Amino acid sequence: MSDHQLIELIERYLNGEMNAEERDRFEAMRRDNAAIESRIEEHTHFTGLLKQYGKRIELENRLNAIHQEIDVHTLAEELTVHPNWVVKLWRNHHSKISVAASIALFAVVATLYLGGSFNKNTTSYTALRREMQSIKRTAENAERNNKAILHDIKSNKRVINNGSFAGSGFALTANGYIVTNYHVVRNADSVYVQNSSGDAYHTKVVYTEPAYDIAVLKIDDASFSQFGNLPYNFRRSRSDVGEDLYTVGFPSDSLVLGRGYLSSANGLNGDTVAYQVSLPVNPGNSGGPVLDSKGNIIGVISGKQTQAEGAAYAIKSRYLFRVAKEITKDSTDNKIVLNNKSSLSGLTQAQQFNKIRNYIFMVKVYN
Amino acid sequence: MSKAVNSSAPTDSEVVFGILNDSDVILKRLYVAYFPMVLQLIINNNGTADDAKDVYQEAIIVLYNKVKSGKFELSSKLKTFLYSVCRKLWLKRLTQLSRYGGDIKDFEEHLPVEEEGDLHTERDIQFEKMEGALKLLGEPCKTIIEDFYIHNHSMQDICERFGYTNADNAKTQKYKCLQRLKKLFFQQG
Repeated sequence: MSDHQLIELIERYLNGEMNAEERDRFEAMRRDNAAIESRIEEHTHFTGLLKQYGKRIELENRLNAIHQEIDVHTLAEELTVHPNWVVKLWRNHHSKISVAASIALFAVVATLYLGGSFNKNTTSYTALRREMQSIKRTAENAERNNKAILHDIKSNKRVINNGSFAGSGFALTANGYIVTNYHVVRNADSVYVQNSSGDAYHTKVVYTEPAYDIAVLKIDDASFSQFGNLPYNFRRSRSDVGEDLYTVGFPSDSLVLGRGYLSSANGLNGDTVAYQVSLPVNPGNSGGPVLDSKGNIIGVISGKQTQAEGAAYAIKSRYLFRVAKEITKDSTDNKIVLNNKSSLSGLTQAQQFNKIRNYIFMVKVYN
Repeated sequence: MSKAVNSSAPTDSEVVFGILNDSDVILKRLYVAYFPMVLQLIINNNGTADDAKDVYQEAIIVLYNKVKSGKFELSSKLKTFLYSVCRKLWLKRLTQLSRYGGDIKDFEEHLPVEEEGDLHTERDIQFEKMEGALKLLGEPCKTIIEDFYIHNHSMQDICERFGYTNADNAKTQKYKCLQRLKKLFFQQG
């Protein structure tokens, strides 16, 4: 019997088209022959699947027919969550809006720039670090300088090459921390400090706070052991407008004293980090201390306004406390405690100057 | 934000009995009642009306099969069940299309949909294979097979329809077609 005939028999059997005699014969065959039994099963399964598949298709057709009757378009319109008009405007026109906004922003920036409103970066504010004169020196001067260096060597003093930039700085603690401006030591390869007696030390920058324009150096030099006790202290409270002040620094190669008064409680454009001070300052004064008449340090010179006479700025001393705290927090061995005892109170200006001169440094930056 | 969709829906037990009795009326009322809810879900989550149709019909079929197989328990509202299944199916599709931003805007409460197997059964896979095999089978085999095995037409009808002069030729043809269909079916993965 061929497979074709067998399938036909199976189909007739399953469809109940056999007469009784035929059916008995087929069922006997089915019992005796496992191969036939499995063919029946296989055929039943496959045609069953076909039938179910047909039903599924039929169901899908029914669903499609129902679907046809629904006005999907209107329904969709109704059910879409319509964003409010601002969002719609943005979705439809965001490229145009972006372009317009960029142009407007550009125009504002350009106007402010040309109008000089960014004066920290432009003409009216100058950070007071000094380009070293040596760069501009003539050959003659350089020769003289060489002689001086030779002289220094003979007299067994440490010699420092002239740096690219210089500012001022002053001792923060007796163990070799020195404060200056961040802008003085920015991008520095190496930094040296030198006081008016000629003691020069190599330092490393241990902390910078660009937001306050403060940097802290630490003397990193075998020849250094300790400063004596600092003669000045640091004022924690705010100072009053009108107080007499003085500053010392290195606007030239020697230490210069300048006197004046506190002229405003806030700095440039209301900057609360700084005071405005009326003090004669020049490039090189940056980083120098500002002291009141009792010898309390009330600030650090940071810059001046070029368009107004006598308006200089000093970072308030309380930020030095903050910096000291930060350094202490960030390191294990560097504990910084700011001096709170002044030995300058009651001394004349000249006596004070003499006492503090060795704690004020020219900060030389090489880059 | 969400606008609940109301329409005269058949009761949940009406639906169950309707499906069991192959009622066209109930199927239609069911379909019409909950389609807007699913359309709302899909079109407000990066889909089109056609996506909504596909997802919704798939969900109806899931419900249909569950009811027919006696596995459907009315543990939650039918509406919630359909919404949850559609949500799950749509999430799956969105992920496949990498259009899923990790956030779906919902309009109804929904339940976690249990097993993946509920949504895509062994039988669905078989059906897909059957569809593919029938497509490859070509005419007149496809129609002969469909007429005989699906629509239960007699061999007599088929003979007349295809102009076979004798029933044996038609039977031989049908046998050959079935053998080819099996071959095509089992060849697919």
